[in-house]
Amino acid sequence: MSKEATDSQISTGHVVDYNYDIVRKFTLATTFWGVIGLMGGVFIALQMAFPVLNLEPYLTFGRLRPLHTSAVIFAFGGNALFATSYYVVQRTCRARLWGDRAASFTFWGYQAFIIMAALGYVLGVTQAKEYAEPEWYADLWLTAVWVTYLVVYMMTVIKRKEPHLYVANWFFLAFIITVAVLHIGNNLSLPVDWRYAKSYSVPAGVQSAMIQWWYGHNAVGFFLTAGFLGMMYYFIPKRAERPVYSYRLSIVHFWSLIFIYIWAGPHHLHYTALPDWAQTLGMTFSIMLWMPSWGGMINGMMTLSGAWHKLRKDPVLQFMIVALAFYGMSTFEGPLMSIRAVNALSHYTDWTIGHVHSGALGWVGFITFGCLYYLVPKLWNREEVYSLKLVSLHLWIATFGIVLYITSMWVSGIMQGLMWRSYNEYGFLTYSFVETVQAMHPYYIIRACGGLLYLAGALIMTYNFYRTIKGDVAVNEVDKDGNPRQTTRAAVLVAAE
Amino acid sequence: MHDEDKKKDIDELSGIETTGHEWDGLKELNNPLPRWWVWVFLVTCLWSFWYFIVYPAWPVPGGATKGTSGYTQFKELAESQQEIIARQQAYLEKFEAADFDEILNDPALYSFATAGGAAAFKDNCATCHGSGAEGSKGYPNLNDDDWLWGGRVEDIYTTIQHGIRVHNDFDTHMSQMPAFGKEGLLKADDINAVVDYVVGLRDGKASEDMAGHTIFAQNCASCHGTDAKGLREFGAPNLTDAIWLYGSKRADIYHSVFYARAGMMPAWKNRLDENTIRQLAIYVHQLGGGEE
Repeated sequence: MSKEATDSQISTGHVVDYNYDIVRKFTLATTFWGVIGLMGGVFIALQMAFPVLNLEPYLTFGRLRPLHTSAVIFAFGGNALFATSYYVVQRTCRARLWGDRAASFTFWGYQAFIIMAALGYVLGVTQAKEYAEPEWYADLWLTAVWVTYLVVYMMTVIKRKEPHLYVANWFFLAFIITVAVLHIGNNLSLPVDWRYAKSYSVPAGVQSAMIQWWYGHNAVGFFLTAGFLGMMYYFIPKRAERPVYSYRLSIVHFWSLIFIYIWAGPHHLHYTALPDWAQTLGMTFSIMLWMPSWGGMINGMMTLSGAWHKLRKDPVLQFMIVALAFYGMSTFEGPLMSIRAVNALSHYTDWTIGHVHSGALGWVGFITFGCLYYLVPKLWNREEVYSLKLVSLHLWIATFGIVLYITSMWVSGIMQGLMWRSYNEYGFLTYSFVETVQAMHPYYIIRACGGLLYLAGALIMTYNFYRTIKGDVAVNEVDKDGNPRQTTRAAVLVAAE
Repeated sequence: MHDEDKKKDIDELSGIETTGHEWDGLKELNNPLPRWWVWVFLVTCLWSFWYFIVYPAWPVPGGATKGTSGYTQFKELAESQQEIIARQQAYLEKFEAADFDEILNDPALYSFATAGGAAAFKDNCATCHGSGAEGSKGYPNLNDDDWLWGGRVEDIYTTIQHGIRVHNDFDTHMSQMPAFGKEGLLKADDINAVVDYVVGLRDGKASEDMAGHTIFAQNCASCHGTDAKGLREFGAPNLTDAIWLYGSKRADIYHSVFYARAGMMPAWKNRLDENTIRQLAIYVHQLGGGEE
């Protein structure tokens, strides 16, 4: 605390007593749920390869799959967004987070939601809506938590000491507000009875499907893209110690991203009961989304212009930049897959799973790891993480894991799609469904290995954090800029001059 | 972006002007939008507007804009199926007109029929009979030319059409073995004796001196035949060969006599079309070697 206090005293002339306690809590929760979520992922990947691992009734693939997706998206990703947004909004507004008790409620309330949702999945309580499986009681609870989050955030913004609002905050605000709207809109349902977990969705049929994918796609757009771009806009310039590349690009790509993303959901429902016109809109808006998405990547990467040498030495910055590379790749692949003709091949195949994971493991995971490696030493008053070498090891193991994962899913997904549509000289289907499953078996094993490597990386990170927080003196011989290690930050700055 | 009268803030490293704001040490450069970014964005937008004109796109009162191409996903489906239909159509007319004998003697039609049967088998029959038609306990192997209900192509066709022990199909194969033990038709000693006799049949060591011989003749021979070689009329298996649908161990045979067995197969008549059922019959027929 004292060092940070000194920093802000130097630049502003007075001390802001930032609420780091809440950020620390969310940081620890992020690490914990990350490991749990990845373990779940590895286990269900093994279930796909070896069905005998389906332990009925509680631990079958059908129940553990939403447990995995919710654990990584909402528990790991959600806690990471809470941690970083609470940190960033305070630092960039130069104001302590509004409402200590309200903030504390968002922490405990959010963890309670995660537990409620997870218990429901394992016990078979589900709305059967992808990424929105929790039933009405958990949804109501999450609404209360989320509205509190919005209030805490907004009030902090309102009482800010800076005249302008930093770009990261636009993204965080867009994320918080839109997720609230999506969550409420998609979960409109009527419980069978107040005493029962079961409820029925208010819209039915294709309307229900459309609303579900309006929600589902924008969970990706606003939770996993806008929110994490908020992280990117603070932590990359911070770590690189360079100004953001282009203010104009940040404005234009922010508004175009926000406006266009919300329309793209129908591309999840190509060739279904959804009318052609709605499919067209979903597809074209996905195509138009390409450049707005890439705006964030360009702005993040170009922030390093003139300082590329920092990337050579600093594994934390490497994490963030590799994240942007994966972000760029999956935001190109997404529009591609939304094209009807491509979708006819890719839909319902493992290609989709590979696409999702290049975004989830590559972008969301890596940008979070990068931010956490920056954040943990700051929050616990350490000069740097315990070992930058371990950070580097994490980076390479995890990158190799992602490569195994997405390449195996590309191959198996495209193979699966081609096998489904292949017919012989007489006009009969060449393969049955089960033959495609047999053909995919080796790739399922490769995928599980990729997931295992990624999990190993996260465990290395957890160990690194443990040693950092414990206060063990760093084993790093050189600092992030590759300079011989100095004892104080001031000395490092002098050496850099 | 910044006040003109204020001193311009220039980033030293790049020589680019900043917006003049600072948050927690963070600044923003005032770089313009990358040209190529603007152009690609514009092109995707223009392409989309073209797409709106050509394809069904915007909801309007009473429906949606139809687009100049007249595209619907149903038309696209029909177009993509044209090639499949054309390939099948080359044979289908002849196939429909021909009876089983004609098909079996026409190599081109026969190849067509087995190809269609193989595809239909993998999607509909493999679940029980296995993808190689190898069967498993309770589900007959179809490769061994040992047929419970007849192995001529016409017999197999009837079995596929009406299934086995299907409640709501009058033409199904109905006959069923009695549960000799469970229903108290035979005493425990007699059951053991007849099971010993069947075990003897299995091993080729049964003789008329055995206690079970008389019991078999009185209770079992009416369906399985006095020589125990089975009767297809009743779907009663041959008990003198090495093929045992429910297992060949004494305990399995005992279970069969005591509780009886009554496997079921769905009737496919209203689930698959006539051509597919005929193709399946021909495919399954040749699996076993093609009984005549």
